[in-house]
Amino acid sequence: MSAHHDEHSELGEMDLRVRALETVLAEKGYIDPPALDALIDTYQTRIGPRNGARVVARTWVDAGFRQWLLDDATAAIASLGYGGRQGEHMRAVENTPARHNLVVCTLCSCYPWPVLGLPPTWYKSAPYRSRAVRDPRGVLADFGVALPESTEIRVWDSTAELRYLVIPQRPAGSEGLDEDALATLVTRDSMIGTGLARSPA
Amino acid sequence: MSYTTHADLGGQLGHGPVTPEPEGELFHAAWEPRALALTVAMGAIGAWNLDMSRAARETLPNYRELSYYEIWIEGLQKQLFERGLLQPDEIEAGHALHAALPVRRVLAAADVPRVLAKGGPAEREATTPARYAVGQIVRAYAGAVPHHTRLPGYVRGKRGVIERVNGMHVFADAHALGLGEQPHWLYTVVFDSTDLWSDASPGLKVSVDAWEPYLEPV
Repeated sequence: MSAHHDEHSELGEMDLRVRALETVLAEKGYIDPPALDALIDTYQTRIGPRNGARVVARTWVDAGFRQWLLDDATAAIASLGYGGRQGEHMRAVENTPARHNLVVCTLCSCYPWPVLGLPPTWYKSAPYRSRAVRDPRGVLADFGVALPESTEIRVWDSTAELRYLVIPQRPAGSEGLDEDALATLVTRDSMIGTGLARSPA
Repeated sequence: MSYTTHADLGGQLGHGPVTPEPEGELFHAAWEPRALALTVAMGAIGAWNLDMSRAARETLPNYRELSYYEIWIEGLQKQLFERGLLQPDEIEAGHALHAALPVRRVLAAADVPRVLAKGGPAEREATTPARYAVGQIVRAYAGAVPHHTRLPGYVRGKRGVIERVNGMHVFADAHALGLGEQPHWLYTVVFDSTDLWSDASPGLKVSVDAWEPYLEPV
């Protein structure tokens, strides 16, 4: 949206346009409006990054699950009840002291919906899509993340229907925590690679 | 035939810093969730596939000026207009003025969980042997592509290494053109950043997922 537009009139105009479109499509019988409510509710309350956090927390306590996730992410993730639209073909990549992974879709906004929900605005926007493949350390700096010079950075551009989930490193000081407590340390950004897992309070 | 995508942003300079956003902040206006849901629900009628939708969006002449969900709405309208499922005067009027065309299915609220859980897998049974093997050096196709494609400009003509063979997948280029699925082998190809950028930062590798027709042997 251009900065010179008055924000409120712009939003008002789009509100009217989308409402008109929805009305016409419903009158034509192409959509069932309650299905729209069900879709919105799904992505607002049921499918979001807490799903991915559960997957990551499991890898921190269960080495067998971690290996399964690395070998066959789609099946391992399905075992926790997640899958489907925009996560049909999953791949998990692990951060180590030697290597940090970062996921982008330079061509549009491909993102693993079943484990992370809908992508944040920055993920879909030009600054991230343009710079992630060329200056990932600069992008990480925008998120307040600085990695050692010796850490290799690997950027995954999601150009087909594979969807990527980053397994962040387990933070120091989290040794005594159970799986549920560990999941609260796993941020959305840490599973995209623009952040690190939180340290326990 | 010429084709211009406005979405191939990888490596472009001058777009400024990234603005982080708190988790859970999904929408920024009341119409945005409706735009999302309309797009997903209209996808279910079976009049187009996801690759066609991507092509419709990336070729919008004003792509760069639009917000994300504005792009979705413009792309949706364009696809509806092209197929005669909707006419511009109906948007003006805010009501249906012309007869509806038959559609394959209508997404019902009760079916939403099942349809989302099923998704649309893109992998197909392998029917030919893969041409490339892990470790092999390849070059990404360098020519202009006169239609929707998923080979980013920044790797075209560049040397990369096959890192993983991902099975045969629906070929986005053909699928977007309405030529059927034409599955091809899909490879994860990794590039050293020094081969991609004049200002490459050391220790950076970038991979793309590329279908076999995008690649040639070196």
